[in-house]
Parts: sequence; C-alpha cells; structure tokens
Amino acid sequence: MTNIVMLITVFVLAIFVGFEVITKVPPTLHTPLMSGSNAISGITIIGALAFAGAVGEAPLAKILATVAVAFATINVVGGFLVTHRMLKMFKRR
Amino acid sequence: MLGPNVVNTVYLIAAVLFILDLTWMAHPKTAVRGNVAGAVGMGLAILATLLSQKQDWSYIIIGVVIGTIIGGIAGLRVKMTSMPEMVGLFNGFGGGASILVAGAALVAAFSALHSGAAMSMQARIATVASGIIGSVTFFGSYVAFGKLAEFLAVTRKLRPWQRAVKYGVSLLVAAGGLWYGFVSGAGAWAIVVMVSAVAIAGLLLMRSDHFPGMNAVKLLSAIASVLLGVLLVMQPENLLLYWALVGVAGILGVILTISIGGADMPVVIALLNSYSGLAAAATGFVINNTVLIIAGSLVGASGIILTNIMCKAMNRSLLNVLFGTIGPTGHTPDADEVYKTVKAASAEEIAMILDGVQRVLIVPGYGMAVAQAQHAVRELAAYLESMGINVEFGIHPVAGRMPGHMNVLLAEANVSYDKLKEMDEVNAAMEQVDVAIVLGANDVVNPVARTDPSSAIAGMPIINVDKARTVVVIKRSLGPGFAGIPNPLFAAANTLMFFGDGKKALVDLMVALKEL
Repeated sequence: MTNIVMLITVFVLAIFVGFEVITKVPPTLHTPLMSGSNAISGITIIGALAFAGAVGEAPLAKILATVAVAFATINVVGGFLVTHRMLKMFKRR
Repeated sequence: MLGPNVVNTVYLIAAVLFILDLTWMAHPKTAVRGNVAGAVGMGLAILATLLSQKQDWSYIIIGVVIGTIIGGIAGLRVKMTSMPEMVGLFNGFGGGASILVAGAALVAAFSALHSGAAMSMQARIATVASGIIGSVTFFGSYVAFGKLAEFLAVTRKLRPWQRAVKYGVSLLVAAGGLWYGFVSGAGAWAIVVMVSAVAIAGLLLMRSDHFPGMNAVKLLSAIASVLLGVLLVMQPENLLLYWALVGVAGILGVILTISIGGADMPVVIALLNSYSGLAAAATGFVINNTVLIIAGSLVGASGIILTNIMCKAMNRSLLNVLFGTIGPTGHTPDADEVYKTVKAASAEEIAMILDGVQRVLIVPGYGMAVAQAQHAVRELAAYLESMGINVEFGIHPVAGRMPGHMNVLLAEANVSYDKLKEMDEVNAAMEQVDVAIVLGANDVVNPVARTDPSSAIAGMPIINVDKARTVVVIKRSLGPGFAGIPNPLFAAANTLMFFGDGKKALVDLMVALKEL
C-alpha cells in the first residue's frame, strides 16, 4: 500500500468513527462538544512544533511555524480549560 | 531522542484518547473524564513530538508561552453567556494554524536544508487544501466572532474596544498584505495579494451584511481559489502564489459568513467547527502525520453532524443557509392585525394561575441569555418545586446562538441536567402541561411553522407550547424574532403576555408567589 492510500484509509475510517461516536452525544452537551473538539483541532500544534524547532531550518519557516504554535496552543489550552469548566457544571441534583 | 516507531506509537495512543474523549461525551457523568483523556492525549502527542528531534527551543518557547497566556486567560475567564463568541473565535485559530503550518512546510520544502528533494503531489494538493480551508475558517471565524460580539456589519455606535478591534484588524490585514506585496516586487501574484488584503479589510469595515453583487463575488472568489490552487500544485516553489491563494480564500470566508443572519448563527459556528477539523486533517496530509488526520477528521465529523442537526431544526438546507437569504416566502401578516387580542397580565395574576397547578414547562430562548436570567429562572423553578409543582425545561435545538447554548447557561445556574428535556420529549407530553412559561424565545414557539405553509418558518419543528393549557410569555415587547414575523401565539386565547425584562419579571413573579 502506498503512503497516500494508507493516509486516505486512515482519514476515511476516522470520519466513520467520528460519525458513530458523535451521534451519541446528547444535545445538552453540544456546546462542550464544540469547545472540546476545538481543543482537539489544536493538534496542528504537532506540525507547528516540528518546523518551529527544526535546527537549521529556514528562518521564514520557523517564524510562520512559531505563530502557528501560538495559535494552536491557544486552541489547546483555552479549549480544554473552558470545556472542563463547563462540564463540571453539569450535575444531577 | 525518540525513534519514529516510538513517536508513532504515542501518536496512536493520543488518537485513541481523542476517540475516548468524544465517546465519554455521550453522558454528563463521564464527560469530565473524557475531556481529561483528550487533554492527556494532546499532552502525550506534544511531548513525543518535542522529544523526536533535536530542538531549537527558543522559537518553541515563544510560541507556547504566548499561546498559553492567551488561551489560559480566555479559558478561565470567559463567561458562559459568551461561549458562542469564544468558540466562534477559537475555530479561527485552528484554521490559522493550518494556513501557517502548510506555509512553513512550503518554505521548508525548498529551503537549503531539504534542497533537491522534490515535493510530492500529495503534499502539494494537501498544501492547497490547507490554505483554502484554513483561510476560509480563519477569516470566517473572525467574522462570526465579530457578528456575535456585535461589532461587524452593524450600523449602531460601537463601544471603544469594539472600535479598536474592528479598525485594528482591518488595518493589520490591509497593511500586512500591502507590505508583503511591495517587498515581493511587482508581479501578478503580488498584486493579487495586495488586492485581496485590501478587499478583506474593506469587507470587514462594512456596516451592512449585504452589498449588491455579493453572491457573484462569493462565486468568483471560490472559483479563483480553486484556479490558484491548481497553479500552486504546478509551481509549488512560488510562495507568493500561496499567499495569493490564502488572500482570495479569505475573501470567500468573509463573504460566506458576513451575510448569514442571527438565526443561522448556530449553523455557521458548527460549520466552521467542522472546517477547522478538516483544515487540520489537510495539514496532516501535508506533513504525513496520521494523528493530525485522525483528530482532524473527528472534529470535521463532529461539526458536520452538528451542522446537520441545526439545519434540520430549522427545516432549511445547508445550501439555503449559505446562499439564500431568510425572508418570508409568502405574505407576512400584519403585526397589528395578529396582535389585536393580546392579553397582558401582572405578576400577581400569573402567580395566582401558578398556584395549585401540577406541571410547568419553561421554554428558554436567546432572550434569557441577553437578560442574564438563568439564575433567576432556576430560583423560580426551585420555588415552584417547593410548592409541589413538577417543573421541566424544554430546549429547542436552535434556541440561543450555538448548539447547546441554553443547556450550558442553565447548568451554570445549577439546574439539574435531567430537568433539561429535548423538543420531541416535551412535545409528546404537552397536553399535560398546565402552564408553559416562554422566556425570551419567539420563533421556536411560533405555531405558524405548523399552520401556514407560506410562512418564512413553515415546516420548522417548534416546541408546541400553544397546546399547553395556559401559556405565559415573558418578553420585553411584541417585537419579532430573527425571522421577522409576528407570532400568533402571543394573541392566543390561552396566552398571557408578561411584559418586562426577563430577570426583573422573574424576580417580580417570585415576590408575588411568596405573597400568595
């Protein structure tokens, strides 16, 4: 299997997993679902770190990647924190 | 340093933790654990990446510190009523990160470090996709944020911070594009960069959400984005072309979002949420990274599902939301005519009606968020329960400005989540409801959706409060909701209007109940 076919396989299967899992989330949790998935989309930080930290890389690539690190970190830190705050409020009394 | 097999195994663990995160979101009891799992997964993935290569830490630290400060303050401080704005804005950071990582990958592919290695077709196409989706998400999200925070596409006077953001961002975009175009030397692509930056800046300064020929510009910028994408695939070493692509896609992102009305905001936020995931997945194809692809597609799927739910809850297609304008398809009945038989009631009269009933249903809408009335309504519900009345909340899927908005506000006010019922459930038992209290909701309880096929909201599923024995509507005035049509519910024989600010009305009602 070539690399691209393997990546597309992963992509398609992950979308199916996503559909299966997320249809089970109740409407009451849709806002935390959005802020939580927002945090997960901060995964781009992985790519950003690889360029920002690469020794000897072109300065322009490192600068772009550094801004990307900042953006993705905002998503990750802010997203998980606010989701946690929200979910802790959902209680049964 | 960790070898590639170790790093990829950690990425797999991270991906599994993300899936568990979303799986555990299926119930409020397990959702906190789910979110922690997701955060741990993210932490592991970051750690493995940092340990996978010899690092030049200075750049990384700058980015992480800035991001942590901004994200931390936002995450800890933001008010629950402002969640739509926060999520709206944060979608954009995901898109922005994708634009920049794909850009960095493009620069790196032709830098001295990798000279000689040709960029694969896969990476080229994925770079184009990251650029287009990322830019639409980035600029679209900023517009969504600006519309939710009420400083973009409005005519009224802005507060100082709103003015600062509005003009500051426009200036930054225009100046950045012009500067980059000039230093890159004259040439067709430099001109495209400059023109699109100025166009975006101009669009962001608009005081209206429409202009003549808007749909044509929308279509043109979509076609131009694809054409630039094809050119970029053919000559990936042309970095200027990439920024031209980002600029033109940015115009598309702004126009797609700016024309969307307040009622459709939940759809747009869900859609941009989906885009931010797809942008991350596209970036995964640029750098050959499976965890980006998996996490990105999970988020993409989540956003698409929510978009679909929101569209269904308004009986509209996505195309209709993106390209159509909301508006009456038939005749709009005259408000004065509809409201001839409106009966207003005082707090004392409503308290007397509530005395001795068995079931009360409270239906909140965006007006509850505006009036910050969620705590007052919880106190009212608790007091009614102490009188032996069964109180439940009926939540319409598009009540508020994002999916689940009402639920979060009521949870914040300590309302137990098992009291929050979905539309279908409350509709099934509506005949047994003695009193339905509508708090700041309008279109989602408008019975013309059922009765008048020519209405702007015809066919939209609504909460059928008109079938309850008595309806009390707490509202500031008889003003229309987002759909701009009168609501015959307000004049129905079993409806009493209780005019006033939501919070104050509830407090008055509490006082009257206690004096019974």
